[in-house]
Amino acid sequence: MAQDVGQGIEIINVSMRYPGAEQFAVTDVNVNIKPGEFFSFLGPSGCGKTTILRLITGFIDPTDGEVRIGGEDMRGIGPNKRPTAMIFQNLALFPLMSVADNIGFGLEVRGVSRPERRKKATELLELVDLPGVEKKKVSDLSGGQMQRVAIARGLAVEPAVLLLDEPLSALDLKLRQHMRAELRKIQRRTGVTFVYITHDQGEALTMSDRIGVMSAGGILEQIDSADVLYNEPLTAFVADFVGDNNAFPGTVREDINGYTVVETSFGSLKGLNPQQLSSGQSAIAFIRPEAISVVDGSSSFENIVKCTVENLSFEGPFATVFLKTNQNEAFFLRQNNDGSTPFLQIGAKIEVGFDADNTRLLEFGEVADA
Amino acid sequence: MRRLWQDAIRSFGGVGIAFILLTVGTWFIFMILLPQLIMLDFSFRPLLPLRKIGGPEDVYTLKNYIVLFTTPLHRAIFLKTIWSSIVVTTVALTICYPIAFYLAKVARGARLGWILMGLIIPYWINELLRIFAWQLILADSGILNQLLLFIGLIAEPLNFRAGNGAVIMGMTYAYILFMVFPLYNAMESLDRNQIDAARDLGSSWLRVHRRIVIPHAKPGIAVGCIMVFMLAAGSIAAPQLLGSPSSFWFTEIIYTNFETANWNQGAAYAMVLAVLCLIFIFGMLKIFRVGLKELAS
Repeated sequence: MAQDVGQGIEIINVSMRYPGAEQFAVTDVNVNIKPGEFFSFLGPSGCGKTTILRLITGFIDPTDGEVRIGGEDMRGIGPNKRPTAMIFQNLALFPLMSVADNIGFGLEVRGVSRPERRKKATELLELVDLPGVEKKKVSDLSGGQMQRVAIARGLAVEPAVLLLDEPLSALDLKLRQHMRAELRKIQRRTGVTFVYITHDQGEALTMSDRIGVMSAGGILEQIDSADVLYNEPLTAFVADFVGDNNAFPGTVREDINGYTVVETSFGSLKGLNPQQLSSGQSAIAFIRPEAISVVDGSSSFENIVKCTVENLSFEGPFATVFLKTNQNEAFFLRQNNDGSTPFLQIGAKIEVGFDADNTRLLEFGEVADA
Repeated sequence: MRRLWQDAIRSFGGVGIAFILLTVGTWFIFMILLPQLIMLDFSFRPLLPLRKIGGPEDVYTLKNYIVLFTTPLHRAIFLKTIWSSIVVTTVALTICYPIAFYLAKVARGARLGWILMGLIIPYWINELLRIFAWQLILADSGILNQLLLFIGLIAEPLNFRAGNGAVIMGMTYAYILFMVFPLYNAMESLDRNQIDAARDLGSSWLRVHRRIVIPHAKPGIAVGCIMVFMLAAGSIAAPQLLGSPSSFWFTEIIYTNFETANWNQGAAYAMVLAVLCLIFIFGMLKIFRVGLKELAS
């Protein structure tokens, strides 16, 4: 498959306000999606990711800014003229047509002959691992099968960009996990640029080359690969939204030994200060639950907190232990289920600690609702 | 059948069921079935003065029906009525399809409400009055002529009343709602995403309608056409008020028959009209490949 099939997308200073609406759905977003990339927009419901998709696909034009595909400004160009194809959240397959006719629809529009269309449909069904269902009615298929037909239909028109609107949200867990791998495989095979939107971090983190995290009001918080987003979040929203995190709000104090001290209700904590916050500013100290350990003789943590074990929740590969300090502040840690240490007992009074290198100080800001 | 009974009795109770059957039954039998049967009986009997009824000349005959086919004038009017009704149906469909689509898929919120009101309010006014209004509009010194004269399109007033034009216009206007609502209903249930998906795949608007909207709206189209055709074929007010001698309507012959106390002839012709409508209904169902069940929804 040609590797230069996918085109890049530039979203330049784009803002979008729907007619009659007070709020902006998308606020000054800048993204440069590389050709052939698997890019995801991740964020809670209502954060504007669907709007961005519709801006790329051409159902709406931005209030401000430019959308360029393959370097060309797309303003005024309708969805049927752009080199994009979209997979809708509810798939929107045509119920009155057979599977082959659904897949061939885009080709029919382009004047491709019927035998040609039939051949292409068979090829595409092979590509999505669904051979032999050409003549079936859409209503006879299962959820996962319909999903693949929708993808085949989108790929049939050989788009430079494929846009996917939360396509896996209606599937059960096992099927979803299977489809994640499938989608990644198809994307690599075809080289088409995939733009994927979801509120499910698991999907975004496992499938994408890069992820753009968005918060309410259509604000783009950070664009990075999955590991950077997880380990080095740049804003409080990202730190809280991506993965589970403990948040200790407080005020910044002085710097000691290369770390910054923040005064919280959990005590004085030392941590990294990537945003160069100055003394007196409000901040939140974020610590991943897996970075917190019980203090024993061999450990030397910069940060130590005394607490009581409130509750324990067994989740399979690990257990989440809910802790409370003497001032009734709550946080939690993770214990691996590998038999190395017994699970903590409820009611136990313990000391836990974490490295300053794992403590991240970020400016106080909006975090997603629980 | 049995299940139906048991469910019904469970929902309404024995007394409830009896009440429903009694009231509906009485209404149906005395106000629909019986009159129709009497008319049917009349249609097969010859026209006789009162004293001869029950006598030797009172036999069942097909004479009243045969007269239709043997009288060239009646035949011509019958066929003309069918043709004109088809024209009315087609015009109504052409006008109402875009309106219904706009209402179902494009218009939002307040605007939708206003347009719906605009369509419904005229129907609060009696049909006769609305047809009279058309008389005024289309008259030689009526508004339409005045407008055309004013903008200089014509030099002398046009006679809209000649031929079928006025009747067709009046009927189309009178029956618009009967076409818009079934269409609107059917189109409303179409998932907007399908239209978006087709557009996204490169489809022109023409193809979107041809391959997606119309197949989905077929039951609505069928219902709308059936309603308008039946109303048009059976209409008496519009042809009488807006018609000219060359646009005589079949219903007017029926009316004349009853006026001249030839109930038998009138009944026969009325039966023919009813059968015509039935044929049209089944024809429509066949053409659109729609079942009765789909129509009901």
